[in-house]
Amino acid sequence: MNHVVNLWPLLGVGVIVIGFALRAHPVLVVIAACFVTGLAAAMDVPTLLATLGAAFIKTRNLPLILLLPLAAIGLLERYGLKEHAQASIARIRSATTGRLLIVYLAIRELSAAFGLTSIGGHPNMVRPLIAPMAEGAAEVRYPALTDQLRYRIRAMSAATDNVGLFFGEDVFVAFGAIVLMQTFLRAEGLEVDPLHIALWGIPTAVTAFIIHAWRLHRFDAQIARAMRQGAR
Amino acid sequence: MIIALDYFYYVLGALLLAVAGMALRDAHNPKRHSSALFWALYAVVYLAGEQLPPMAAGVLMVVMALIAGFGGVTLGRYGERTPEQRRDSATRLGHKLLLPALAIPLVTVLGATLLKDVQIDGGFLFDPKNVTLASLGCGSLIAVLIACLLTRATPLQAVREARRLVDHLGWAVVLPHMLAVLGLLFAEAGMGKAVAHVVTSYIAMDSKLVAVAVYCLGMALFTIIMGNGFAAFPVIAGGVGVPVLVGVYGANPAVMAAIGMFSAYCGTLMTPMAANFNIVPAALLALPDKNAVIKAQIATALPVLLANIALLYFLLDM
Repeated sequence: MNHVVNLWPLLGVGVIVIGFALRAHPVLVVIAACFVTGLAAAMDVPTLLATLGAAFIKTRNLPLILLLPLAAIGLLERYGLKEHAQASIARIRSATTGRLLIVYLAIRELSAAFGLTSIGGHPNMVRPLIAPMAEGAAEVRYPALTDQLRYRIRAMSAATDNVGLFFGEDVFVAFGAIVLMQTFLRAEGLEVDPLHIALWGIPTAVTAFIIHAWRLHRFDAQIARAMRQGAR
Repeated sequence: MIIALDYFYYVLGALLLAVAGMALRDAHNPKRHSSALFWALYAVVYLAGEQLPPMAAGVLMVVMALIAGFGGVTLGRYGERTPEQRRDSATRLGHKLLLPALAIPLVTVLGATLLKDVQIDGGFLFDPKNVTLASLGCGSLIAVLIACLLTRATPLQAVREARRLVDHLGWAVVLPHMLAVLGLLFAEAGMGKAVAHVVTSYIAMDSKLVAVAVYCLGMALFTIIMGNGFAAFPVIAGGVGVPVLVGVYGANPAVMAAIGMFSAYCGTLMTPMAANFNIVPAALLALPDKNAVIKAQIATALPVLLANIALLYFLLDM
């Protein structure tokens, strides 16, 4: 059946790879990939536009999770939420950036494993609370914290949220991904208990926690070293 | 149902329309007309929704992409308060400031767990198909209400602050949305078949270790391309997992599926195509390097991916 597989749509992947490699504007890369893929799949332009449009409307639920919390978060920032988060962490003397993020990783991964994926998230947790606290904890020790380190701390805060979410949620039986896997396997004629899929995720979930927590533990030492070198 | 997801589409549409209006009147925005047009077009997507003919929506998406891609969405002036003013009100309000921020996850979790089956007059309280998003919407509105009461600010100020954040995100707001469209198009164009064909016809999987490695790396690699593990899973599990791992090496399908999906997630951590997890936070946290979050994640993702290969190799026939 080799001859019926159309390999031309792979060109769309090529556009993405080349576009990102050339550091072209991401939105333009995506739109170019849409056109190349569609034309390679032998769609005419009106069909392609209609396909894109239908998909654009259908997926409009996606940005809600980012955009709806912004009004409240923005207002709170105006009244000093970030400053408050930083001042609060400064009062806990044993708090370091790494330790704070390890605690957040544990909370994020465990709550996601119990299906509570809405605890956390970039717009409503990381931006207003976690990143400022992680930054504040470092600032208490190193008042002359460089911008470079601030950016690394913020990026690590966002990364910790992602790692906790990804490797936690798949251990929860009722999560969409588990249903997707079970449905797929059933269509292939394999009957699998969703509970088993969830349980066999646990070794990876634990491994991911250990690896990322270890990195966060070392992150404190990296910040200390960078500040020592900067002071010289 | 009483609280439908559609209501929040209208709320967001109205908000985007307000953002467009404020952009148009902002003389400090160097490209106020194209910025306003961009946000107004996005408002149409939410206000008109399914009433919009597919082809019109497609044209609209392309126009938005061109405006954003050629730098037509710019920043204005937002009347921010000084750091001293913010510190003063932080001292005055103290921990109360956390209330609205925590109300968002709290209401979302309550709605998605305890209230999801609640019915009033025979109708569900929350849209049963979109419980989490509908509860998130409620949580966000409740948070605005509490924040306004607490700070004595007007809801209009909340809209202005939303505009400040939306403007700073700029094109990063629509990138995940457009990538989702590309993902659907990839699926429709038969990308899965093409990739599975390439993988299975050019790599000889005659040892268990090679087969396991091809499966896990294939999951990660295809997720890097598609930006979504859910799109990669059926392709690689159908192309390698079921025929080779289960068919030839007698793998337990549950182990194969669980570790395969996690390998895909390792890919998600390493790709700009997963914009909502990797590019949007970089914009939200005002990082100059848009790939900074990915760079922070690679040193976790690669060891976990290798661990997955080892785990799947040893747990394969449990």
